Amino acid sequence: MMSELQALTYWVVGASFALYIGIALWARAGTTQEFYVAGGGVHPIANGMATAADWMSAASFISMAGLIAFMGYGGSVFLMGWTGGFVLLAMFLAPYLRKFGKFTVPEFIGERYYSRTARIVAVVCLIICSVTYVIGQMKGVGVAFSRFLEVDYDIGLYAGMGIVFVYAVLGGMKGITYTQIAQYCVLIFAFTVPAVFISLNLTGNPIPQLGLGSTLAGSNTYLLDKLDLIVQDLGFAEYTTQARLSTLNMFAYTLSLMIGTAGLPHVIIRFFTVPKVSDARKSAGWALVFIAILYTTAPAVSGMARLNLIDTLQGKDGGGLVYEERPGWFKKWETTGLLEFSDKNDDGRVHYSADPERNEMVKVDQDIMVLANPEIARLPNWVIALVAAGGLAAALSTAAGLLLAIASAISHDLLKGVFAPGISEKQELLASRVAMAVAIAFAGYLGLNPPDFAAGTVALAFGLAASSIFPALMMGIFSRRVNKEGAIAGMVAGIGVTLFYVFQHKGIMFIADTAFLGSMPENWFLGIEPNAFGAVGALVNFVVAFAVSRFTAEPPASVQILVEHIRVPKGVQAAADH
Amino acid sequence: MAFQSEQHAKAYWREHLRIMFALSLVWFAVSFGCGIVLVDWLNAFRLGGYKLGFWFAQQGSIYTFVILIFVYARQMGKLDRKYGVHDDE
Repeated sequence: MMSELQALTYWVVGASFALYIGIALWARAGTTQEFYVAGGGVHPIANGMATAADWMSAASFISMAGLIAFMGYGGSVFLMGWTGGFVLLAMFLAPYLRKFGKFTVPEFIGERYYSRTARIVAVVCLIICSVTYVIGQMKGVGVAFSRFLEVDYDIGLYAGMGIVFVYAVLGGMKGITYTQIAQYCVLIFAFTVPAVFISLNLTGNPIPQLGLGSTLAGSNTYLLDKLDLIVQDLGFAEYTTQARLSTLNMFAYTLSLMIGTAGLPHVIIRFFTVPKVSDARKSAGWALVFIAILYTTAPAVSGMARLNLIDTLQGKDGGGLVYEERPGWFKKWETTGLLEFSDKNDDGRVHYSADPERNEMVKVDQDIMVLANPEIARLPNWVIALVAAGGLAAALSTAAGLLLAIASAISHDLLKGVFAPGISEKQELLASRVAMAVAIAFAGYLGLNPPDFAAGTVALAFGLAASSIFPALMMGIFSRRVNKEGAIAGMVAGIGVTLFYVFQHKGIMFIADTAFLGSMPENWFLGIEPNAFGAVGALVNFVVAFAVSRFTAEPPASVQILVEHIRVPKGVQAAADH
Repeated sequence: MAFQSEQHAKAYWREHLRIMFALSLVWFAVSFGCGIVLVDWLNAFRLGGYKLGFWFAQQGSIYTFVILIFVYARQMGKLDRKYGVHDDE
């Protein structure tokens, strides 16, 4: 017999899926321009919203707040890194690439560096970073289904693939854009509603961003001061000052995430869909507005959820929660393995502590902070159902964006650009649909059989985007002198250094036994952790590209004219003319 | 060429870069400056219940980023109009 909550969850998730399919049928793509860039006529605010959904993945929605809850101040690297990248994107890439007016990122690299090789290198970089990223989304879909709807992970994954298949294959970028707008609405509603309730409960202030800086309801103590105090009582580091390793490491980590964000192809191509250069600039601003709503709420959720969790675990008398009296959500999440209790001293009470000897909460998964949040705060069932739909919306919207980036790189850059330049537009449209279907099947396969390295892959995607794609694009716009040899050498060197560093500490292809240097701070270059190494890779890319370009022939005059052309907004229509 | 003269094109690009440089400084200052390098020093000050450095790292930098992009879009729009290279036909 299905519980009321479960029925409600089915209903809410079902309704959201019906909406996505409805949009898909309405927004079918008839031309390659519609398939790749939604016809280039998306309003900047609409594109901003779609970009926000495209960008905010299962990780942003489900994991980030939990990560910050346990990392405290150190978690700020994600907040600043994943938003600050949009400033780079808005100022250094999006408007110029919109002016260039083509369909894909490798296409720009191929033309700017007048080289098929450069284009192929870019396609390879794009596919590696998008595929690694999409695995995480597929897993997110499967996990969301299995946790909320209590169906098999596999069945959940098939359902997710089915939905993406319908709207991405039929509608291409056009279908994806309009579903992403709907998905943004679902996910932001699902994220903020519980946050508002929790903030209201704890502080009496309904705005979470203000609540985090307020006093606790009915007392003069500030929420953050209380949190600092109780985490230190348990032996953890002070919440608001707990740094992530060193200042230099936080610096490098934030910079890597920023550059990586700006270099992710599936985000960049969203800016090809707006009509004009000035729209691309504004649209980046709107995208960040919509993203900031979640990203400024998340740290409030983190702090408040950590406080609520510790409060519950300490029990009513502060002597530890009596295990037999544990609340329903505790039991529910124990069965999923996200929470694990081991009564080390057999007193039937929960002792939560930073000391591994005494700590009895052997596992508190970070994801619990968002997933169980509404239950911990005793919110009504419809809110819990909403969180399920929100998590799915976040995963599906990002997956679709990534799949489009992969499919267009294959059909437009490899097939039309390199192997079969003579195909007609109709054939290319068909090819892009087939490529999309294959990409979905492949991503689904990887979601069902996640390779060993899947856990580390999202960080890798950022490292690769930061060390290869971003520098190549930026130099292509801001330097007339960087040539084909420089760009290719730079991309290869940037990726090479980053991969080498990650593999030497985490194992070749993340197979732990093959790591020839253990991953511990003593072995790290200047104490920079592997996930934060993209910034160094980017630096290597810039230096190598400039050095090699200096000693080789300068780019042909036509390329220099192209660079002049993309720097000026006027005349975008001519550029869009295929 | 969209510009009246080579000089115009050069002047446009110079001003273009100047705007970008100024805004990048702000971008750097609020995140890497206030949020990371100066965080301990700023934490001596408070904004309600927030330590100021912590606030910059988890809230303030993000708000500033949003404002920055809109300021950028406006400034660039103005510059484009000044040199007659705006994309409004």
